[in-house]
Amino acid sequence: MTVSDTAWKSAAPPPAPLSTKSPKSRTRKPVRAHGWRNVVWVLPAVLLLGLFAYLPLVQNLGFSFLKWDIYSGRQTFVGADNYVRMFNDPIFWKSLLNNTLYAVISIAFQVFGAMILAAMIEGLRSQRWRGILRAIYFVPSAISLTVAGLLFYFIYEPEMGILNAALDALGLGNFTQAWLGQENTAIFAIIAMSQWQGFGYCTLLFSVALQRIPSELYEAASIDGVGPFQRFFSISLPLVREMTGLMMIVTVSGAFQVFNEVMVMTSGGPNNSSQVLGTWLYRSGFVRNDFGYAAAVATAVFIITLVLAVIQLRISKKRRVQW
Amino acid sequence: MVTRSALLLVLGRVLIKAFLVALAVVVIYPLVWMLLNGVKSNAELFSNPFAMPVAWKWDNYITAWNRGVGNYLTTSVLVTVASTIATVFISAWAAYGLTRVNIPFNRVVLILILGGLMLAPTVALIPLVKMFQSLGLYNNLWALLILYTAFRVPFTTFLIRAYMMDLPAEVDEAASVDGASKARTFWQVILPMCKPILVSTVLLNILFTWNEYLFAMVFTSGGALQTLPVGLTNLMSKHGTDYPVVFAGMAIAAIPVIVLFFAGQRYFIRGLADGVGK
Repeated sequence: MTVSDTAWKSAAPPPAPLSTKSPKSRTRKPVRAHGWRNVVWVLPAVLLLGLFAYLPLVQNLGFSFLKWDIYSGRQTFVGADNYVRMFNDPIFWKSLLNNTLYAVISIAFQVFGAMILAAMIEGLRSQRWRGILRAIYFVPSAISLTVAGLLFYFIYEPEMGILNAALDALGLGNFTQAWLGQENTAIFAIIAMSQWQGFGYCTLLFSVALQRIPSELYEAASIDGVGPFQRFFSISLPLVREMTGLMMIVTVSGAFQVFNEVMVMTSGGPNNSSQVLGTWLYRSGFVRNDFGYAAAVATAVFIITLVLAVIQLRISKKRRVQW
Repeated sequence: MVTRSALLLVLGRVLIKAFLVALAVVVIYPLVWMLLNGVKSNAELFSNPFAMPVAWKWDNYITAWNRGVGNYLTTSVLVTVASTIATVFISAWAAYGLTRVNIPFNRVVLILILGGLMLAPTVALIPLVKMFQSLGLYNNLWALLILYTAFRVPFTTFLIRAYMMDLPAEVDEAASVDGASKARTFWQVILPMCKPILVSTVLLNILFTWNEYLFAMVFTSGGALQTLPVGLTNLMSKHGTDYPVVFAGMAIAAIPVIVLFFAGQRYFIRGLADGVGK
């Protein structure tokens, strides 16, 4: 989700009176044009966001300096203690590492993989096939991460899952294992599921970006004898650069907010090996009743996503390639 | 020379198409497997995972429905419909206020609403729990309705606002010449003109709400209040050995959104594309 370059330039310079038939707007001074009554249009949105998005954000910062037992309700100010504990907590670092793995692998598959895939699809001559393939690839993105997570829980399951069965059938029986039950494979198995779930969404967006490139560019290049590979690298790639940048940020930002699939597939186990910041936050607060600490982890998530959002904004503000 | 390169080109096309089709099969197979497992018996499930169902036990769906999936579905429909309507109206009002009406501190309001795009639900989670507990809305569907609406308004406003900005100013002027108030202009002129983007935002919000897990898990407990994503994990942990029923439940959760996507594909794509790259 992004904010485009035009998004911050407010749309509403008071409309210049085009016709003399509306004397009202001619005599109205700019200052008086701001009617306080008009606030009702934005009031519900502002109230909702203020109360349930911004206020909690500020409160969270306050909570992160408390030791807080939610059952007894007792809160004690402990200064930066939660942050000190967080920086000395190996599971926090493990979670951060897992989120980073998530981000790196997702950039490889969901951004660059999807881009190449979109170029392949848009290169097909049959419009019907292009539509069918884009739609099929997108289907996993329509279902919930809960269903996807449960589904892959079964796929990875050693007894009844199709992954081990498929490996056996291909003569790769040596590679069969309890994918989600081992510390060294659990997080990768989850990330793999997430690629299956999300790549179609990115492919669809890249397809849209590629469709916006005028076909004359490709035709001209063909006439000049430029091959398909070079056409991809010298026309498609530069012209979807903005989309690529945005997709990278969206993907990375999503990677640091992962929660659902990890919770459903492993709850962060075995032995915290697949813990991510979201699940560690949840576990710290709601299972270990350490809400001050959970708030500190939430602050870490906030800072990471804020930095990414600022980068995203800067990319969006740059002018697009002109053609 | 020419024929050889032409041959290579044809070969390349065939290879690419074969690859894309093979990938499509790999992508869609897990979902087919899910649907097939939903009509198998437990014994069949463990014998050969690739086999077709023998028994075709459609009553797995009925069992799943009676074990709570029916309730979860009702709750999901209720929350999805209510929060989608609330989100789209509140966002359309805000977009109208930001683009076609003069409001004080226009810019501040704009930054406040669109800034919500970068807020992650996890960051607000702990204070929200405390807040809803003190409001007496913990374990209450109002909590989900409020939270889904609050966290979806920024993106929805962003989309509708971009669309409204492209509508010519003459439209409002014509309406005001005819003596229409701002409110009437909104309901009778601007809103109908925004229909395409409204359909997109409705679909995207349905998809989001139907699939949301974090808030649904934290803010509700007990079968009658749980939505499908949370209910399914319960079905799994409570009746863990009766896997075909779990698969049937998953299918019940997945099929409506897949159907919705295919029915409204055009609008989905428009909304998604405008959301990222406009």
